[in-house]
Amino acid sequence: MTQTLTHNKAESASDLRYQPFQRRNISSGALSFLAALFAAIAVLPLILVLGYVLVQGGSKISLALLTQLPPPPGLEDGGIANAIVGTLVVTAIAALIAVPVGVGGGIFLAEYSRSGWFAQFIRFGTNVLAGVPSIIAGVFIYGTIVTSRILFGNAYSAVAGGMALAVLMLPTVIKTTDEGLKLVPDDLRRGALGVGASRFVTVVRITLPAALTPIATGVVLGIARAAGETAPLIFTALFSPFWSDLLTPEGIFAPIATLSVMIYNFAIMPYEFHNELAWAASFVLVVMILALNLFSRWLARFAAK
Amino acid sequence: MSDPDSRYLLRSRPPAEKLVDISFRNLAIAMASVVAIVLFSILVVVFQGSLVSMARYGWQFLVTSDWNPVDDQYGAGAAIYGTLITSLLALMIAVPLGVGTAIFITENIIPKGIRDVIGLMVELLAAIPSVVLGLWAIFVMEPFIRPGLELLYQLFNWFPLFSTPPMGPGTIPAVLILVVMILPIITAISRDCLNQVPPQLRQAAYGVGTTRWGAIINVILPAAISGIIGGVMLALGRAMGETMAVTMIIGNSNNFSVSLLAPGNTIAAMLANQFGEADGSQVSSLMYAAFVLIVLTLCVNIFAQWIVKRLSLKY
Repeated sequence: MTQTLTHNKAESASDLRYQPFQRRNISSGALSFLAALFAAIAVLPLILVLGYVLVQGGSKISLALLTQLPPPPGLEDGGIANAIVGTLVVTAIAALIAVPVGVGGGIFLAEYSRSGWFAQFIRFGTNVLAGVPSIIAGVFIYGTIVTSRILFGNAYSAVAGGMALAVLMLPTVIKTTDEGLKLVPDDLRRGALGVGASRFVTVVRITLPAALTPIATGVVLGIARAAGETAPLIFTALFSPFWSDLLTPEGIFAPIATLSVMIYNFAIMPYEFHNELAWAASFVLVVMILALNLFSRWLARFAAK
Repeated sequence: MSDPDSRYLLRSRPPAEKLVDISFRNLAIAMASVVAIVLFSILVVVFQGSLVSMARYGWQFLVTSDWNPVDDQYGAGAAIYGTLITSLLALMIAVPLGVGTAIFITENIIPKGIRDVIGLMVELLAAIPSVVLGLWAIFVMEPFIRPGLELLYQLFNWFPLFSTPPMGPGTIPAVLILVVMILPIITAISRDCLNQVPPQLRQAAYGVGTTRWGAIINVILPAAISGIIGGVMLALGRAMGETMAVTMIIGNSNNFSVSLLAPGNTIAAMLANQFGEADGSQVSSLMYAAFVLIVLTLCVNIFAQWIVKRLSLKY
């Protein structure tokens, strides 16, 4: 009697043990391996592209490259300085437009009408705008600003490029502001209103500061994305092989060079030196964007603490 | 202050404060409306710009594919076909890769540290500008895969899809670079959806004795499928509108060719290539093509939003 009991016990114990060669365990392991393979394939392009850009572009970086103008096609001496400045200028213009508008819109969504029909409609519109291809933003600004020469009679300009980028940044900023403000506990608002603060003071002094880091994270990400955009700039900001005279209005209302458009233009040129400049510009652009990305990540982690 | 009840009286708000409050609210409403205004004006501007071409070519524009500025003959058939074929093929490759990666970094297959690193790398891939990927595609990827494409042509040139010799830029390299571009979106959205599946579902599945992949396939994936499909649709929209990398590697040929080894075109690539120096009725035709692209991406995006709402399981 006792013997059969122990025997049974041993048998059932062996049933519960993991049996690696059971068919379902083999297939499960195989699928895990497949998923690992897919993950490796997904990571591979980043390593390859990043490695190539850092090595190929990074080896060309020199002081001269960072401070000189690009040479005319065929010649070999110069740099990408005006494009670096141009990218900063165009992105700054875009941020100056998109951040106030986006934060304002986000404040409306989160603070004034969370579920009203207008807020729902704006949220839907934000999602739709986020899905609009970037080149369409360029076509839109081309159709409104460039062809109409509405900006003091100028056609292609840094401001037009900035506006096209602002269209792309707007949904990101609105969404992050909305989400960030929603995370602020309602007790804070009630407390502020309870001690007699007006709605305006509540938003500006209490909820906005409380949501500052998530909003800043989103804005930095939006800026990083806009800095790398090319398609909306090719026919709004166009390109310029010269310095832009940024201290006068003529500078920002004239075509301007940007890193991304420089990469595009120089990549398809048949001159080796220009191709190399394209790699150098890629290096600068990628380092800039990755730095912004890691900065936003640091901000988010800083906020979580 | 003689009245003992005065401290219970509500403070009357000075008119200046009321004014600030109301104007701030109205300002916020105005800022929010900018989204609607921009979206609406995009549609109006592009539609208006394309009216001339629409009146002239009508539906023929969508199916014919001679693009000839000299004779003023325009048809976007090849570009529309290219847009659809490249984005669908890219989706077919990227969906298994992206969802597989998402599963790999959400389920407990490997330690959390490694999972986070993979997740971070896939997110950083999304941050690499399209134009840099294009540059890489021209100088590194395309020369690397060309022998493979040659082999494909040697073996399968009787098959229409591989019927032309590869000559550098073409549809297949464009599809591959599109895969790289949309992979991070699919992975990120699938990962979020998988993370949101309630842990009780997993516990219940493991409790009845299933294997890890039994749980993933029969319980977790069905629970997350609506979000994943929504993410896939978003990626499709992104793939259709993706411009720079595709422009640089697809070859920009306006001649229609079924072969995937031949140079092709997409609407976005066509816009990027020609808008800068277009004039006259070419601008109108490009606007028409842009309008087609907007309609395509809007449909896909709205469908994606609808599907997420409609299919989402309630727990």
